[in-house]
Formats: sequence, structure tokens, C-alpha cells
Amino acid sequence: MSHHIVEFDNVFFRYPDGTEALRGINFRITHGESVGVVGANGAGKSTLLQHMNGYLMPTSGTVTIGDLSLTKKTRQEFRKKVGIVFQNPDDQLFMPTVFDDVAFGPLNLGLDEAAVRERVHKSLVMVNGLTLQDKPPHHLSCGQKSAVAIAAVMAMEPDILAMDEPAANLDPRSRRSLITLLKTFKHTKIIASHDLDLILDVCERCLVIGGGCVVADGPSSEILSDGKLLEENSLELPLSLQRR
Amino acid sequence: MTFNEKYFDVGRLDRLSYQETWVHRLDPRTKVIATMLFLITVISFPKYEVVALVPFFLYPVLVMTIGDIPFRFIIKKVLAVSPFVIFIGIFNPLLDTGTAAIIPGIPISAGWLSFISILLKFFLTISAALLLIATTSFPGVCHAFRRLGVPSLIISQLFFLYRYLFVLMEEAMRIIRARDMRAFDRRGTGIKVFARLVGTLFIRTVDRAERIYYAMLARGFQGDIPTLKKSRMTATDFAFLVTTIALIFVFRFFSFTEEIGRTVQGLFI
Amino acid sequence: MHMADALLSPAVGTTLWAGTAAVAGFASKKLKSDIDDRMIPLMGVLGAFIFAAQMINFTIPGTGSSGHLGGGMILAIILGPHAAFLVMASILTVQALFFADGGLLALGCNIWNLGFYPCYLIYPFIYKPWVGDSKHSGRILFASVICVVLALQLGAFSVVLQTLLSGKSELPFDTFVLLMQPIHLAIGCIEGFVTAAIINYVRSVRPEILESMAASRPLGAAVSLKKIMVTFVALVVLTGGVLSWFASTHPDGLEWAIEKVTGKGELSEPGQGIVPALKGIQEWTAFLPDYSFKPGAVEPQKEAVPPTWPGIEAGTSVSGIIGAAIVLGMIMLIAMGIRTIRRRDT
Repeated sequence: MSHHIVEFDNVFFRYPDGTEALRGINFRITHGESVGVVGANGAGKSTLLQHMNGYLMPTSGTVTIGDLSLTKKTRQEFRKKVGIVFQNPDDQLFMPTVFDDVAFGPLNLGLDEAAVRERVHKSLVMVNGLTLQDKPPHHLSCGQKSAVAIAAVMAMEPDILAMDEPAANLDPRSRRSLITLLKTFKHTKIIASHDLDLILDVCERCLVIGGGCVVADGPSSEILSDGKLLEENSLELPLSLQRR
Repeated sequence: MTFNEKYFDVGRLDRLSYQETWVHRLDPRTKVIATMLFLITVISFPKYEVVALVPFFLYPVLVMTIGDIPFRFIIKKVLAVSPFVIFIGIFNPLLDTGTAAIIPGIPISAGWLSFISILLKFFLTISAALLLIATTSFPGVCHAFRRLGVPSLIISQLFFLYRYLFVLMEEAMRIIRARDMRAFDRRGTGIKVFARLVGTLFIRTVDRAERIYYAMLARGFQGDIPTLKKSRMTATDFAFLVTTIALIFVFRFFSFTEEIGRTVQGLFI
Repeated sequence: MHMADALLSPAVGTTLWAGTAAVAGFASKKLKSDIDDRMIPLMGVLGAFIFAAQMINFTIPGTGSSGHLGGGMILAIILGPHAAFLVMASILTVQALFFADGGLLALGCNIWNLGFYPCYLIYPFIYKPWVGDSKHSGRILFASVICVVLALQLGAFSVVLQTLLSGKSELPFDTFVLLMQPIHLAIGCIEGFVTAAIINYVRSVRPEILESMAASRPLGAAVSLKKIMVTFVALVVLTGGVLSWFASTHPDGLEWAIEKVTGKGELSEPGQGIVPALKGIQEWTAFLPDYSFKPGAVEPQKEAVPPTWPGIEAGTSVSGIIGAAIVLGMIMLIAMGIRTIRRRDT
């Protein structure tokens, strides 16, 4: 299963305006791992995620998945392997109906009509969203939109699922549904979030990003109970670990 | 109409379009073609024609009844856009004073006839347009346009416009509310503030478009928006179309109303 | 003001639709070949933006009444002519469907009136040469006002022409013009001012946005004067052909319409009037392919309504009124019948 190993090797990234967002990121994620990415605002979490599907290219260093190294030519391949779910589902559900949104990825993969329909069906069933199929996204609630956004990404059957603040706009019940759902996924999961309790629930491993570098990398249970480390990075203990 | 009213208005019409009645289930192409034929026939009537227009009310009435579209809602919307037409039309009775004898002894000016004709045509055409969207979701209408030959770039525009219409209206509402909470006595509602608000909305829109583009790329977008052929015209669609065309033809080219009137007159008078 | 179906005739409506469709097809082709992919979602979302922005009112200084943004000019400045035309077309389509602004047949006229002039005439030939890449806010302000005013004047004047040529309204040319042009002059000044204010604001806060959009425009997007003139001439010929067909089957009607338009009882110099000119176009367009109108097609109309115009026999009589009442009654009965049946089913 080595073709699913995600590796960042000394990755630097500088924005056009000069901001150095990533300063030597190093990590290796093997198949099936669930990894949380935490850090303060502006630490570089989103920038890191944007490298995973080639939206951004490293200024230096390499990003590899399996034997495939990220270049301008291999970007499309990367997008087939990594599915990214963003914070705001409104930005990801851009087609007139839910069906169209979930079918967008498979159609771009070049699948025929029958295969596309099958994928759409499977993905929507996975997120309990089959009844939403013909609705326009603006008729959905926040929780439903999040679910459909995940389905839209899963319909491409990526090997790796990356998520940026997946629970940000969800009410407690939707959030709980999301956590339950994520726990059933066997894919490699990389989740960037401020919701440390979610990370604790879903991810076995945790990366702490600070100032564009990986500041800590280890089991979530250890890292997320290390109050000092968290506070140094403008975080605090997960609410479930704090004593009232 | 205030912003809020317009927003809820559009929203209501949009929600009506997703109902599941018999009319809603017709293929969008059927409804688009029927509507366009209806419209062109109605406006093809000469200037002074009034009574021959009456049978055409069958179409909006039937669609509203079978399609579960509230009468009052449609009528209100028709009235809302009527001022311009009424304003132009009212000059007809004022300027055209030739008389047309209708009932022996009671002369009616031709100008009033043409004005009433305009009003009837107005109601018929506007309600037909509203009912098209009320019984066919906007994406459905766009798919019909696509199958009828409209270039795909334009269809994509329409899809995105529709998708983000409500999102942007909500953002605009938030910005307006923020303005109104700090504007007193009409200070702060002038042009300079407006330009800033709209400018801000514009910038947010551009940023949003960037994020949308990123999301599209992430799902494999390479320049063409793919579509699946979804709907097929059924026998019901053809039956509906044929019936509509037949009725339109009869009502237009045979003095239907006159004949009925004459028959009844002959029976009783 | 938007043109309305009720004031339109099929001839004028279809002509304008043909023109609009041709321009839209042209714009699509131009864009498709070398558009930057990121423009595709951007155009659509900007359409939604203008739509939402049009719903925001602002008070006009001095009058206390409220105004709102039109959009054609600001879109042309930001996106360039082709993209702006398509976005304007989609906005007007959504308005026609959801707000019934004007109607679906008049949509062709409205897209032309509010889209063609700012995007393909005013912007490329006046605004762009004048302002170019200038960041001078004063110049932008002055240019915006002049350009928006011109675009709106052309649009308003077109509404007048379209209404008159349709022949459903009695308003004489001079009165109509006197009504439309001054109002749109005022609206134009305000909108021009607002357009410039928005552009200057965006430029001051996020200049790179406007610059990157200008850079994303397809190369060779410049509009050639020759192409515009050719389009115009084609449209004139098309209209002339339609009008002359009209003239040949309703000889009295056109004369009478022209009487009303010019406000004169008789055309003073028959040798040099509109009618001979149209007759000339008619002879000219007789050489166009597929130009044949069977007189037979006009016959059924003559049966339904007497065709003579000034002498009014309005095709209405007592039987007509009785018939109308009965038909209305039947329609209502049908509707109520359907309602009852459905209530029984549910």
C-alpha cells in the first residue's frame, strides 16, 4: 500500500507578497492513518492542505504521494488521489442541484453515465443524503450541506481525505453525525481543525504546526493532553480534558 | 419593494418551482416551447383585439390550478410590474378618440379598446413567464435552453448565477443591516456609503469566486462543465404540446369567442 | 425602463431576439477560445453580485428619492465587452423569469438595450480609449458619467423605437422621447457617479483585483469597429425587410403608423420620405435568400379581425362580449372542477 504514503520533505512556501507560510515542513503519513493538524490561525494549516492537491506548489522541497512527486504536470493525478473538503460548504457546492454537485467529480474523471450514477448513489447513501438528491444546495441546512460536500468529494473515491475545519458551522447534532461518519472511513484522513475534541475523537495522530514548521508530531492522546505545548501554540486543552 | 421583500419573493417563487405536481413533472422543454408559442400568439393579436384574448386565460388558470400556484401571489407580482405599461398605455384612451360602436347606442372609444387589449396582453404574457419558472425549477429551464441550442458558456453562467443568487442576497442583507443599524435620519444611506458597501460586496464576491474555482479544480475541473442528459420527453409531454398548439391555433385564427357568443345569442335572442 | 411584451409586436420582438442571439453567440465563441478558466465561475457569481447589488437602494442627494445600480457599464469596465454582455444577458434572464420584468419575448429587446450599447459601443469606443489603464479617479468619474448617460440614452431611445414600430401604443414619437430621455439622463448621471465611486473604492482597497481581471481577458478581445458596423447594417436590413413585408401586406397601416410617429397629417415630400426608403430596402432585400412571405399566411388574420386601421371596426360586437363572458365562466368552472377533484384525491 506504499502508493498511498503522503510525504512532505522539507517543504517551503512563500506567497507572492513575500509571506513565508511554510518553513521546512517534514512528515510522513502512511495508508489508513488518521492525522489531525492543529495550530494557531495563520500558522500554515490551510496552506499545507492546499499543497496536497497541487493548488499551491512548494517554493522548495517535495510533496509526494507514493511514487508520484508533485509537479505542474502531475497535479491532476494528485487531485484524483486526494479529496479535500473545505470549511465553507457553500464554496464547494457550486452546481444547481445536489446530484449535479456529487456527479461533478466522477464526470470529470471521465466515467460513463451508469458509473457516475452509481457513484453518486453510493456517496449519498454513505452520508445519509439520498433524499436530498434533486434539491438545490441553497435549500439545505448547514449540516446537510456539509454532508453533501463530503459526498461530493467521496464520489471521486480518493485514497486520501483531507478536511479543513469540517465542523466549523455545524450544530452539535450534525457535528456528532460527522464524527460518527468519519470514524467509519478507512481512508487516510488528514483533518485540520480548531476543534480539538473532534481531533481527539477521530485522529490517532496529531501534528502541531507553528510558524510554518511542524512543532510536534505524535499520538493525539499525548499531544492534546500536553497543556504547555498547546498553550505555546495559542491553543488550549480540548474541552473534554479540561476540568470545570 | 424593499430588499427583504424582494428576497423572500424570489425565494418563494423558487420554492414553488420544486413542487411535484403534474405540471411540474412535464419536461422543461415542453413548457418552454409552449410558453414561447403562447407569448408570441398573444402579442400577435392586433391592437384593438379584446374578446379574442379571453380564451387564452385558460392557460394561466389551468397551470395555476393544477400546479398549485397561489393565484394571489401571481396577481400581486403582475401588479407589481405593471406601472410602466399602464403609464404608456393610458395615453391610448387619451389620444385615440375614434369611436367604435359596440352596443348599439353606447359608443366606446377605440383608445380604451386598445388600452384594455394592452392590459389583457400584459396579464397573459407576464403570468405565462412567471408560471414557467413557478412550475419548472430554474435549473430545469436552463437545461431546456441547453437542449434547445443555447451555448454552454451561457448556460454555465445561468447555473452559477442561480446557485449564488441567494448566497449573495444574504450577504448583501447582512451588509445592509450593518449599515442600517448605524445610519440615522438618512445620513449614511447616501451614495458614498452605497459605493463602499457595494465595493465590499464586490471584493467578497471575487474572493468567493476564487474559492469556488479552487473547489472546482479540486474535483478535477479542466475547463468544461460536464452535464448528464437527464430528461426525456414522454408521451404526456407530446400530448400536452399538441393540445396546447391546437388550442392556440383555434383561439387565434378562429373567432372562437364571437362564435360562442353568436350561438348563445341565436339560442336565446 | 424595460420593454414589455404587451407593447411589443412579433415582428419587432423576433428581430431583436435574432440580433441579441447573434451577439450572444459571437461573445460565447470569442470567450470560449481563450478564456482563463477562473473566469467561468467568476462571471456567474458576478452576475449574482450585480443582481443583489441592484436590490440595494440608496438615497439620491437633494431629491430624497432612491436609486439603484444598472450594471451594464460597470460590468464592461471590469470584465471587458464579451464577458460583460453575457453576464448582463444572464442577469436580465433571471429578472425576466423571477420578477417578470418586461417579459420573455421582450427579453431580446432588453438584453440588446441594456447590454449591447454599454458593452459593444460605449465601452470599447469611448470609455476604454479615454480611461485606458488610468488610475486617476477624476477621469474615471467623468468618463463613467458620460458613458453611462450615453448608454442609457441609447437604451431608452431604443425602447421608444421598439414601442413605436410595434404599433400598440398611441404615444407619438415626440412625446415619448420627451418622457424617456430626460428621465434616463438623470438616472444615467446618478448611475455613472455610483459606477465610478465603486470602481475607485475597489481600486483603493484591492487594486490587484481589477488588474488581474483585466489581465485575464482573452487576447484579441478588442472589438473592431468594422464588425460592429456590419452587425448594425445587418440589423437594419433585417428590420427593413420585416417592415417592408409589413408595408406590403398592410399598406394603409404603415402609412398611418408613420403619420402618428411624425405627427404630420401627410408626409410633406413623398419623394423623400421614409416610405420610399423602405420600399427601396424592400427591393434590395428581395434578393436575400429565403425571403418569401406567403400572402396566404396573412389571410386567417384578416378573417379574425378587419384589417383597416384608421376606420375602426374593432372586431368587437355584442356577440363578442357575450362570448367573452361565457368563455370566462367556462374557464372558471374548469378551474373549480379541477380543484374539487384534487381535493377529493388528497
